[in-house]
Amino acid sequence: MNVTVKYFAVCHEMLDRFEEEMELPEGATVKTILKRLEEEWPEIAEFYEVMQMSVNWEYATENTELTEGDEVALIPPVTGGCDV
Amino acid sequence: MFRITTEVITGAEVREAVEGPDAGAVVLFFGTVRNNTDGRAVKQLEYEAYPPMAEKKMAEIAQEISEKWGIDRVAMIHRVGKLDIGEVSVAVAVASPHRKDGFEACKYAMDRLKQIVPIWKREVWADSEAEWVKPDAVFFDAPNVRKTPQ
Repeated sequence: MNVTVKYFAVCHEMLDRFEEEMELPEGATVKTILKRLEEEWPEIAEFYEVMQMSVNWEYATENTELTEGDEVALIPPVTGGCDV
Repeated sequence: MFRITTEVITGAEVREAVEGPDAGAVVLFFGTVRNNTDGRAVKQLEYEAYPPMAEKKMAEIAQEISEKWGIDRVAMIHRVGKLDIGEVSVAVAVASPHRKDGFEACKYAMDRLKQIVPIWKREVWADSEAEWVKPDAVFFDAPNVRKTPQ
């Protein structure tokens, strides 16, 4: 199956891309993507603890199962608004 | 109205979105770009968002407000791109029959926005290159996004 993976803020800078298509085996979960990214960028694993993932615009866990056409995103800690 | 925009925020857009004959109060909040972060001079703030998810999460916050206060008139807009000092980055409007609930709901909306709405900012420093806030740098301050403030 194919899914779209999106990268924001610090993630797109470190991976040097905003999004990509990923071909995954049937039964793949969010964790499958995290493992694959870790192969390319081992340091990313340090950030997994503070980073969240989303699937189809909803927060997900690493055990969330994926299906064809899903839109997955790496969500670094959000910092919108203002510091007041 | 729940929107990510590249346009200048005037406040009129959110105020008009919450207007109604049952409102006795409209609470309007603006977040603006400050000229320093912890004392270090800032030239601009650059915001990035995941627009469809951000707008969905804003709508969820409005739903939470509806459940907590029975207020159904809430609007939120957040700007993305590079903003100059003093410009409005975010505006929230809440219309309610009485002001107390409106003030509380507006504060709640901003607190939640900063927890669950996927928007990121980075400082464009006056004295060096811009850098996104690294996840490890904010780790100890990072709110638990799944926890709803009381």
